[in-house]
Amino acid sequence: MPLIWLIAIILVLAAVGFVMGRSRAVASAGGDARVLHSLPSYYGWNVALTVITPAFGLLVLWLLVQPLWIESRVSSQLPDSAISDTSTRGLVMSDVRRVSEGLEALDAPLLASERAVDEAFLSDLRNRLGAAGVALGSDISPEVFVAARSYRSLSSWGETLMSVAVLLAALGGFGVSYLVTNKDFRARNTVERGILTVLILAASIAILTTVGLVFSMLFEARNFFAAHSWQDFFFGTKWAPDFRGNSELAILPLLWGTLYISFIALLVAVPVGLFAAIYLSEYATSRVRSVAKPAIEVLAGIPTIVYGLFALITVGPMLRDYFALPLGLGQSSSSVLTAGVVMGIMLIPFVSSLSDDIINAVPQAMRDGSYGLGATQSETIRQVVVPAALPGIVGAILLAASRAIGETMIVVLGAGAAAAQFDRGLGELVNPFEAMTTVTVKIVSQLTGDTDFSSPETLVAFALGLSLFTITLGLNVLALWIVRRYREQYE
Amino acid sequence: MSDITANSASGAPRKGSLLVQDGRTQRRNAAERRFQIYGMIAVSVAVLALIFLLTSIVRNGIGAFSQTFITLDVVLAEDKLDKTGNRDRDEMAKVSTFGYAPLITAAIEDRIAAEGIEIEGLSKPVDLISKQAAADLRDFVLANTDRVGETVEFQFLASGRIDGYYKGRVTMASAELDSNVTPQQLMLADALKDTGALERTFNWGFITSPDASENRPEASGLGVAILGSLYMMIVVLVLALPIGVAASIYLEEFAPKNRLTDLIEVNISNLAAVPSIVFGILGLAIFINFAGLPQSAPIVGGLVLTLMTLPTIIIATRASLKSVPPSIREAALGVGASKMQTVFHHVLPLAAPGILTGTIIGLAQALGETAPLLLIGMVAFVREYPGAPPEGFFDPASALPVQIYNWTTRSDPAFVERASGAIIVLLVFLLLMNLIAIILRRRFERRW
Repeated sequence: MPLIWLIAIILVLAAVGFVMGRSRAVASAGGDARVLHSLPSYYGWNVALTVITPAFGLLVLWLLVQPLWIESRVSSQLPDSAISDTSTRGLVMSDVRRVSEGLEALDAPLLASERAVDEAFLSDLRNRLGAAGVALGSDISPEVFVAARSYRSLSSWGETLMSVAVLLAALGGFGVSYLVTNKDFRARNTVERGILTVLILAASIAILTTVGLVFSMLFEARNFFAAHSWQDFFFGTKWAPDFRGNSELAILPLLWGTLYISFIALLVAVPVGLFAAIYLSEYATSRVRSVAKPAIEVLAGIPTIVYGLFALITVGPMLRDYFALPLGLGQSSSSVLTAGVVMGIMLIPFVSSLSDDIINAVPQAMRDGSYGLGATQSETIRQVVVPAALPGIVGAILLAASRAIGETMIVVLGAGAAAAQFDRGLGELVNPFEAMTTVTVKIVSQLTGDTDFSSPETLVAFALGLSLFTITLGLNVLALWIVRRYREQYE
Repeated sequence: MSDITANSASGAPRKGSLLVQDGRTQRRNAAERRFQIYGMIAVSVAVLALIFLLTSIVRNGIGAFSQTFITLDVVLAEDKLDKTGNRDRDEMAKVSTFGYAPLITAAIEDRIAAEGIEIEGLSKPVDLISKQAAADLRDFVLANTDRVGETVEFQFLASGRIDGYYKGRVTMASAELDSNVTPQQLMLADALKDTGALERTFNWGFITSPDASENRPEASGLGVAILGSLYMMIVVLVLALPIGVAASIYLEEFAPKNRLTDLIEVNISNLAAVPSIVFGILGLAIFINFAGLPQSAPIVGGLVLTLMTLPTIIIATRASLKSVPPSIREAALGVGASKMQTVFHHVLPLAAPGILTGTIIGLAQALGETAPLLLIGMVAFVREYPGAPPEGFFDPASALPVQIYNWTTRSDPAFVERASGAIIVLLVFLLLMNLIAIILRRRFERRW
């Protein structure tokens, strides 16, 4: 039975349950709703929810567990001889899955178990599968076919069982809740407890996401460190992936690029953002403020891919033609400076709007005190307002730094793909017109295209991701802590 | 401040007039002016950067919305297209695009002869027309089988180089060095333009047609990408809005102050600042490798973007729940409503405009997000439109920002124009969403 029908049946059952539960409650009160413990519709909701919750819970659980169980069953049936030297069990299993999906579209007699599985049959099968839209890279081996057939029969058997079990759960919920419905049943409390559980579950998705983030990277990173030494990764000095093996995968050259670009970005964003915030909050007339503040905030709403293209087609060539070439510092239009400057523009609104809030939070009494001593406005700002707001401003800068480190599209399009090379000398390393790559660029390049999840060249992306996550998380926690402490100071 | 104290300590009587500033006051006033000017410079740098960014994109991209077309009379020869003559669509489908190419060659050569255009050294005039033209003509014939045998007027896409010539990308000088176009062909294009056969019009194909291969920039469009982005936004809306609102209601109205609630709060504020690429890794590892969902599918993109948008929606929803005054809650509780009834019947409806605004802004953020989508395979070259929902959510599709990225990686400069044009489309969508949010806020926001 298709899933959509199963879901539809449960929903219809719930609707019927609502009507029946409500009318049973009213009937038990002799038609007088005032005798009921709760409003009549709560009795209906109670039945509807007890139909839906166990049924959908079981359905989701089944859908998650069944593929895993079948996978391990079929995989253990697959003889070792079916796996050639150039392949792995995982790859063969993905073949099995594809074939079994294709078998779905074919007619049943082909798949009867007593049929002889010979060469001719298999090549015929491959053609038929191709016609059905499942193109296979190589011939189907008999073992794969047998495995695919049992995969298919197991999953169709599992689906039938699932439909039956889910329907039984729905009917069971219906029966139980319908029978307990009478005028003294505390339906509202039951329903509200149910709703509260749903609310708690929704709130805990935030925790689940974090756990998912950490574990998804941790597992694959562990596989990476099993294949590649961790000393080389953290302390090596060369990034030279080679898909034939023997790659040198060290994070330091990438980290250098990331930090250098972020540094330039902050060099642009911090002065501009800070002065803009000071000007807008202390000097600007309300008319200037009402135009300039939204304009700066528009910068924050522009997607990063737009900045990336801006770096690629406008800023990069401009910096190359007017600075790098005349100065003889480089020929590449993608460079540390290109990415840094454009990223700096992107970060201006982060720094300015956060600093703006913080400067506005400095109590007016402190300014008045300073004016009273005869200080000019700029002296007040430099010597009273900014020092008072400093922790908050530092927090804002740290948040901007964490953005810069995690930024991807601008560096993918603006910074280049070659990793920094420590053995070429310091000059090349600090030349801002040199193309340089970052951690995020390498995550993208190692994980797009054809990937093989058993080679360290692919898995390194997870280790890089984990490092990136750790660094940005540390910066965020620090920044939030500083900002929070600062807020408490004046509230 | 130290200056001031030093001054008063000296206690010397002030010389000169009060109306004339002394040197130190002048310096201090100059510093004041300088400081203000720094501020003005900073604001103008930011605003100018915005203007420069937008004009650069618009200048590069506006060309993508117009396209050069060549209108020719094509003889749909029956002996070539339908040998049996019974107009059977399946039979005619056996004639591949190669069968249509000679018709187009004949059409343009006829036109040149009819107009009496003579250009010395002209070779292969058919190169003026896009390689996509044969496929377009074939689609037209298969859709209108009864027109076979007639002479029809058909609008062909001009090739990317000819189009570039009228947009200033290709010049006579660059054509000398180009293997794809010759100066003679450009002269022919000019001659055809004089006769009215060649014209530049608004390019609907850019918005509706699917992507095209590397050497046919003129035929590529955003159709699949827009549809894919739309599907993802639907997934995000359907998942993120209810989950976000439910989570916020719990945290704002019901949650006791304890370790678990603190943990959730810290988690949400940190998730809002996790780099987007990390969510891509999550999508790849969990939704694709572990759960076995298909690559390049809008459902996976939608799930990843949902997780990314949730913190934004939760933060906005909590702010608007908080802004509903406690008197409303107390009044509801006072007439005997339960806590749950108070929240769902009174607080939530009053907070709805704020929640909606926050949701739209979250969606706008998700629409422009690129990096996580690269990791879940949305970069694949997709020419087929995804099917109707719900099956369509599992079909391969592209997304607007990823399509832009895809075009920037191609070598033909015509794709730079396409990418910039696509950005204009993306920015128009974002602008519309933000406008809706602003209008909603203005229209429904209540100040208590």
